[in-house]
Amino acid sequence: MTDVTNQTQTHEAQMGDYFALMKPRVMQLVVFTALVGLVVAPIGVNPFIGFVAILCIAVGAGASGALNMWWDADIDAIMKRTVNRPIPSGAVQPGEALAIGLTLSVFAVVLLFLATNPLAAGLLAFTIFFYAVIYSMWLKRSTPQNIVIGGAAGAFPPMIGWAVATGSVSIESVLMFALIFMWTPPHFWALALFVKSDYGDAGVPMLTETHGRTVTRKHILAYCLPLVAVALWLGFTSIGGPFYLLVAVALNIWFLRGCYAIWQRTDADSEADAHAVERRTFVVSIYYLFGHFGALLVEALLRANGLTTWAGW
Amino acid sequence: MTFRPDHEIHTRRKGRNAGVGLLLLGLIGIVFGLTVVKVLGLTDIRQFEKTDHVARPALEPGALEAAERRAADIAAQAAAEEGE
Repeated sequence: MTDVTNQTQTHEAQMGDYFALMKPRVMQLVVFTALVGLVVAPIGVNPFIGFVAILCIAVGAGASGALNMWWDADIDAIMKRTVNRPIPSGAVQPGEALAIGLTLSVFAVVLLFLATNPLAAGLLAFTIFFYAVIYSMWLKRSTPQNIVIGGAAGAFPPMIGWAVATGSVSIESVLMFALIFMWTPPHFWALALFVKSDYGDAGVPMLTETHGRTVTRKHILAYCLPLVAVALWLGFTSIGGPFYLLVAVALNIWFLRGCYAIWQRTDADSEADAHAVERRTFVVSIYYLFGHFGALLVEALLRANGLTTWAGW
Repeated sequence: MTFRPDHEIHTRRKGRNAGVGLLLLGLIGIVFGLTVVKVLGLTDIRQFEKTDHVARPALEPGALEAAERRAADIAAQAAAEEGE
């Protein structure tokens, strides 16, 4: 008979603790962008298969989050922002997180393969591998460009959604990938400029600390320029259109102005107004990404109802 | 027969067990739903017979048509022989 004496003395993890392992906030972005990739594709998908595919992509992202928390438990325990995560708080054992991460990864990839096609399942498997191994285990603690390359993991979901519908990769899905990939660095570095982080204490090289805040300001603008090009280019592909272009032009002017202002400012300026421009640009960056993908979704609905002809598109 | 009172761990793990139960039910629903969608999506229901893991020469591309042509040839030949 199993001795439960010891178990009754320890904190019992609840479903909420296991769910927190899957980084639900990150999952929201993954679900939304994957859904857009699926819906804007030129080939329709059975709604139930589409639902299962999005679920698999979300679970795969959650699984990679659990693997990330398992690997980073030591540094999570040092940083204030992450000290309450399930493993450092003692709610979930590291071995449990590893088992959940691996099991859900296999489950998500196999089910996506059975429900859709090998390309979509392969891309999901690669995304999990990229986030858990390439980013978490290798790059995060070794280079200040960790955010840049790690951003690729967050950029794959729309490409997977597109692959679910079409079974292929095309310029549209590559540009949706590029949009998130180029957006990630200015988004996170804007945050890094006004949040007092303790990445340094945890031994994680962040650009603001390894190369200084002035270099970070230059990098934000440097990544914003190709981002604008990618965002506008997307408007001239088969999934773009007049509505998307209108939204994209407005959002890019808004975000570019913020990045330009950040580049022009000094740390003294920034501290004088409590990092007002950096904070505002960070918020704009969130609207920026959701705005672009939302516009792609609206554009697909307009196209499906034959309402884009008004602009001669 | 008497029911033993629940151990404290049963109460404590109630939410977790219910959660696992719901997840398993969800998984059953997904597999069932996928099966229905995939079967109804078949363009030719004979494709479904491929899942029984038994060799079915009649399901090979063109095999059925070839067999029908062969049968028609034999019938035509027999009719011609009767005519003679």
